[in-house]
Amino acid sequence: MSRPRALVISGPGTNRDKDLALAFQMAGADPTIVLASELAHRPTLLRDARLVGVAGGFSYGDALGAGRMLALDLVVGLGDSLNEYVATGRPMIGICNGFQVLTRAKLLPGALGHNAHGRFECKWVVLEPQPTSRSLWTKGINDTIHCPIAHGEGRYVHPDPALLAQAGQVALTYRSTNPNGSVADIAGVCNPAGNVLGLMPHPENFLIARQHPHHQHPDHRGLGNDHLGLRLFRNGVSAAAGM
Amino acid sequence: MTPRHRLTIRSIESDPRAAAIVQGAQQLGIELPHPVDVAVADVIFVEADLSTDQLTTLQRFLVDPLLQRCSWLEPAQRGVEVTFLAGVTDNVAATVRQAARRLGVEISGAATARRIEFGAAITDEQATALVTRIVANPVIERWSTGTVEPTFHAESVARGEAEAIPLAGLGLDELITLGTSRKLALDPEELVVIQRHFDSIGRAPTDVEMETLAQTWSEHCSHKTFRAHIATDDGETRPSLIEMLRHCTDVIDAPFVKSAFVGNAGIIGFSGATTYAVKAETHNHPSAVEPFGGANTGVGGVIRDVLGISHRPIAVTDILCFGPPDTALDDVPLGALHPIRIREGVIDGVADYGNKIGLPTVSGAILYDAGYTTNPLVFAGCIGVADGWAEPAGPFPGDRVVVLGGRTGRDGIRGATFSSLTMDATTGEVAGASVQIGDPIVEKLLIDVLIGAEHLYSAITDCGAGGLSSAVGEMAEHSGADVELSMVPLKYAGLEPWEVWLSEAQERMVIAVPPAHMGALQERCDHFGVELADIGHFTGDGVLTVRSGGLPVLKLSTEFLHDGRPKRQMSATMPTPVRGQHEDREVDDHRLALLRLLSHRNIASKASTIHRYDHEILGSTVTRPLVGRLADAPGDGVVIVEPTKTAGIAIGVGVNPWYGLHDPEAMAHAVVDEALRNVVAVGGDPDRVALLDNFSWGDPRRTKTLGELVAAVDGCVAAAMAFRAPFVSGKDSLNNEYTGSDGERHAVPPTLVITAVAHVPNADVCVTSALSEAGNHLLLLGNTSPEFAGSHLDLVYGEPPSPGSTPALDPKAPERYRRLHQAILAGLVQSCHDLSEGGLAVSLAEMCIGGRLGVAVDHVPSGSLTAALFSESTGRLLVEVAPADVARFTQLMGGAVLDLGTVTDETTLVIPGVGPVSVDDLVSAFQRVVIPAAPEGRAASLDAGRS
Repeated sequence: MSRPRALVISGPGTNRDKDLALAFQMAGADPTIVLASELAHRPTLLRDARLVGVAGGFSYGDALGAGRMLALDLVVGLGDSLNEYVATGRPMIGICNGFQVLTRAKLLPGALGHNAHGRFECKWVVLEPQPTSRSLWTKGINDTIHCPIAHGEGRYVHPDPALLAQAGQVALTYRSTNPNGSVADIAGVCNPAGNVLGLMPHPENFLIARQHPHHQHPDHRGLGNDHLGLRLFRNGVSAAAGM
Repeated sequence: MTPRHRLTIRSIESDPRAAAIVQGAQQLGIELPHPVDVAVADVIFVEADLSTDQLTTLQRFLVDPLLQRCSWLEPAQRGVEVTFLAGVTDNVAATVRQAARRLGVEISGAATARRIEFGAAITDEQATALVTRIVANPVIERWSTGTVEPTFHAESVARGEAEAIPLAGLGLDELITLGTSRKLALDPEELVVIQRHFDSIGRAPTDVEMETLAQTWSEHCSHKTFRAHIATDDGETRPSLIEMLRHCTDVIDAPFVKSAFVGNAGIIGFSGATTYAVKAETHNHPSAVEPFGGANTGVGGVIRDVLGISHRPIAVTDILCFGPPDTALDDVPLGALHPIRIREGVIDGVADYGNKIGLPTVSGAILYDAGYTTNPLVFAGCIGVADGWAEPAGPFPGDRVVVLGGRTGRDGIRGATFSSLTMDATTGEVAGASVQIGDPIVEKLLIDVLIGAEHLYSAITDCGAGGLSSAVGEMAEHSGADVELSMVPLKYAGLEPWEVWLSEAQERMVIAVPPAHMGALQERCDHFGVELADIGHFTGDGVLTVRSGGLPVLKLSTEFLHDGRPKRQMSATMPTPVRGQHEDREVDDHRLALLRLLSHRNIASKASTIHRYDHEILGSTVTRPLVGRLADAPGDGVVIVEPTKTAGIAIGVGVNPWYGLHDPEAMAHAVVDEALRNVVAVGGDPDRVALLDNFSWGDPRRTKTLGELVAAVDGCVAAAMAFRAPFVSGKDSLNNEYTGSDGERHAVPPTLVITAVAHVPNADVCVTSALSEAGNHLLLLGNTSPEFAGSHLDLVYGEPPSPGSTPALDPKAPERYRRLHQAILAGLVQSCHDLSEGGLAVSLAEMCIGGRLGVAVDHVPSGSLTAALFSESTGRLLVEVAPADVARFTQLMGGAVLDLGTVTDETTLVIPGVGPVSVDDLVSAFQRVVIPAAPEGRAASLDAGRS
């Protein structure tokens, strides 16, 4: 089977684009990293893509608020083509800054504010996939996902989180510790159709067992693979392959 | 005048910056009424006359109603507004202009401010104290009570001409006066040589020429002390310090060294065509004046060093030295910032640059000592990788001189000479222009443009200290160049030629480009959005010509510029340290001593800082700075292995200025050993290690200070030879002194940072310092003697009148590390931790914290219990081995191990003669949740380090 074409969208200051491209690659896709400004000039790129990711980082240095300028590139620059992509049901994922971009572009509900403790924080967290979620990205994942967070503006804000959960749009929650004060411990949300996922943590940094902080510990040897972030991307790629 | 609009934006949830101000006030002891009522808002100014619809368009973009509230009206609340001084880069304002353009709203200018609002209970005096002590920095900002009026455009008119500086006929005193008044930081002998040179060519130098010579010949750029002829009083004849280090690398002749002490960074290659560029820099003076900007651009600068040798940056390191956080406000000399403010700014600055540019900040240390109060030290390192690196062969005559990246402004002028001068109370004011403002996003784009463009240029260097004068000057050293300053893109008009030429505006690289490649390069730059300026060409005639509007403002032979400086003649008084004198210590309560050591700021947890750095990005950080079950125990080295590879590198750091106060040579031994232990402990190969040296010292013109420096270099050389670990790059930062308003000089303790980079053959067998399983044995490698001078036990309990010797180098250490490495590769080691500050007891405690397991110790090293537990003898490591492997491990180590006892799941550290200490108590002390008090009658401050 041929590898589905994947795009990793970046902007000036995006910095986890290569990490995300590697995740797509290892999950079976054929990724290309493109600048949002480039997409505007080459509309076929998005038309031919079966899988899209908006990568993490500090696009435009977070000036004026995280993700705002890159969202402007996507909304003003691409016009309706991004909405058209989403409307066809093809999978899209926004991670960290990518999540912030997708909320600003109104492709995902809610907003992301400063961490409650006020600082940038990098550490590993445990994510609980929500069984009631409509997200194609978390489908069939029962074990928790382990991966790092690395953000200063990751506090998820939504006026009615219960309604969001009811609609199956809460895809991932933080287990045991909520690192940033997100409402209802929400770590990731999807659109009503379930093909667009946004999350603050970085599953693209847990693709092989060796990346886990406890991979050397006797209790964890061999268990690492049960908690891989890679599983999310495999879901995305198999959905893309079915398109 | 164009009208302006102002939008005040407030966070719905309380703004974290307000909490930071309150916390800062508490830390600095500024009394405030409770509850404290401080709020922070952002102000955006746009210069335009806009309709309501246009304002709405802007507002929709600038304000997220789920997170923020806003108002276009002048605020009524009581407040102070802080904005940048004219000419200081305002990245956010630039983004506002860009966004407005995208939204189709035409504006002619934008500016920003921070607004601090105070409740009625806060007095005007308190408000002023908050703003001046915590919020604003007068070096780059101004502020007004009420509202502030922004500067949209920095306006000043430049003459665009050079000024002649007549030197002919001046006597030595007049020359020295001229040098001092222009802050040239040149020696009298150097001024005389310059005078003679211009006499011989029959004209006066221009200001551009004088400034260029001052930068090029500065301590910062030319390392005149390290190149000087030094007469020492110990009867030995030595080559210059730099030659000593180079010679030692030549003698070791390690096959993995590809380039040492040449260009921007050292290059090593352990296997295949993969090479690593390694470099560490200091950014001390700038960080003292403007901690955030100084540390920020320190990181940016060292990343450009690696980029300037055509390697893709993959990791950042930082070692930070601060004054004690509990320094009384009144004890901070006039003109200096409080250590807390420096610390917070520096850590923010390091985090901001590394996190934004997308590199893991992985390895580091934080040290506190009263000697760093006015002279904080910031060591920033970077490691890069390349596949199939070949040194660029140019520049060739005819190649274009191309400047890439950020625009040039008045920021950071005379940085090289500034950092070569001793600071005083007025430094903050006069050095205002030497503060650099970083923009990590622009540098990220430079990386994007340059990595993969190696075929387009024939030479490359970064634009650092001295700006274009150094970058173009060095590149043209063997060729000559002719450049036109009016081609350099400026942030704003009004710069004089010498300012353009010397500006240290950040995020710029200079490359030599064959004319045929200019088109392809321009295309690449357009794609990534990087500005390219073609400012001239390389000539081949050995003359550096700089023009402004076609007229030469500088014409110097490159030979005079680079080789004209007279060699410095210096004298050193060598230290006479106490050697081989073992002086034991006695403490009454060993349990208390352990807990007090664990809670000493130098040893205690650095987690709150480490978590502010993204150490996960790129997915290559296999062994992290924090390890163990709860990821809160200190690791030794870090291991970086790309996810698609098996082999990689380990990075370790050694630093201990307290040894240096007693015996600089032994300090150098000890810190080389520590850096090596750190890489070996995690799985690095001791036979494939390269070293970096970074010296931060006081004024070397004081013979005693220079003697200490010479002794430290002696120690570096001896240790490198013993371990067969070559130095590949280094940097010295001298003159880390501050003349206080009391007229007294405050120098840093002699501080040598050694960074070790080792080959890691197999990432899958790396180990950490966290205990792994109950029942395993804990074995001690190495010998323990009562060597306490400079120890942390003395920092905590006070130093006796006759402290004895500092820890000496163990000649058996190299062989021990080799054998340990074989044991790790054979899978015999379950965990491993080196012994350093605080000795065996602290190491045991840290391993327990990592594993949340206990240890039942049956045997300790012979001698007194105090020496066994707290001596800092070098060359020692603790190793956890499964019971079935103990015999094989012991045999592999040649029998030289001491079986201390076993790992238990009792979560208690039990040491004979000490009594049990629960792991919870260890954690509380280590995290400074509980700070044990000093027993009655025992002086010495817990925090202040040296008193």
